[in-house]
Amino acid sequence: MQSKPVILKIIDVLAVILLGVSTYFALVKAPTELVMGNVQRVFYFHIGTAWTALLGFLFASALSIIFLFSKDLKWDRYQVAAIEVSLVFFLITIALGSIWARPAWNTWWTWDPRLTTAAITELVYVAYFMLRQGIDDPDRRARFGAVYALIGGISAPITFFAIRLYRDIHPVVIGAGGNPKAQGGFDMTPDMLTAMFVALIAFTVIFIDLYWNRIRLGNLEDKVEQLKLKVTM
Amino acid sequence: MLFQEITANTNNYMVAGYAVAFIVMALYVASLYVRTRNLNRDLTTLDEMDKPSVPEKPSQSKPKKTAKPVTKKVRKK
Repeated sequence: MQSKPVILKIIDVLAVILLGVSTYFALVKAPTELVMGNVQRVFYFHIGTAWTALLGFLFASALSIIFLFSKDLKWDRYQVAAIEVSLVFFLITIALGSIWARPAWNTWWTWDPRLTTAAITELVYVAYFMLRQGIDDPDRRARFGAVYALIGGISAPITFFAIRLYRDIHPVVIGAGGNPKAQGGFDMTPDMLTAMFVALIAFTVIFIDLYWNRIRLGNLEDKVEQLKLKVTM
Repeated sequence: MLFQEITANTNNYMVAGYAVAFIVMALYVASLYVRTRNLNRDLTTLDEMDKPSVPEKPSQSKPKKTAKPVTKKVRKK
């Protein structure tokens, strides 16, 4: 059994502390939004998880390019780890958005361009794992996965720019462009901005921590697979 | 008072949102832990299977009694 590196242990503790600090800033330090009330507080976790997930998907695309050039399976394991953690974070983003939408838009879900592209992105990466499950040969699986992740990576910037290109009901809170159709938008006070930046830092550290732990799990899976082959031969 | 906005009571949605976020993260951390533990168990088992079998030491094993070889005595004529 591999022992955990000291730096990872420190990041583990730091991630837990930052999650607590971010929750405190979101629930206590940030003021209550005048119209929507306390449900607006889910915005901080919504932004934090969305930011890291979309960056994670782009990062996975970059890793797939490296794999396709190097053919080293190490990069495939890094890519799988990035996509898995991003998928979990993006699920939280979508769930929080839906919970916020119920009182703000009077519906759990609507086929607005941002929501549609977000749902497609999530499903694209769920399908990525289904594709990998269907291929036994590790080299072939890694090659197919890399090409898929590279193409799937396009969905991340499309999701990000959807509310800026196709102005619909989803508000643009950061760098607002004055969308008359948007509902549930708000102007951020300095305390709200602080809570948002704390959430962004916290979720970036949590992402790094989970990503590193997932890479270690991938390495262990690989080791067990190698040993299984050795024993059966 | 006429134009005063009343803040909506959306506390339940906020609680639901944070509960979902923490539960999903906790489930993922638990899945990482369980998968790592299972793989470590597999690794231990496979390591034991992979070890070459050690031959028995001669001091530990008792010599087996063997039947005397049957030889025909040659009678001297």
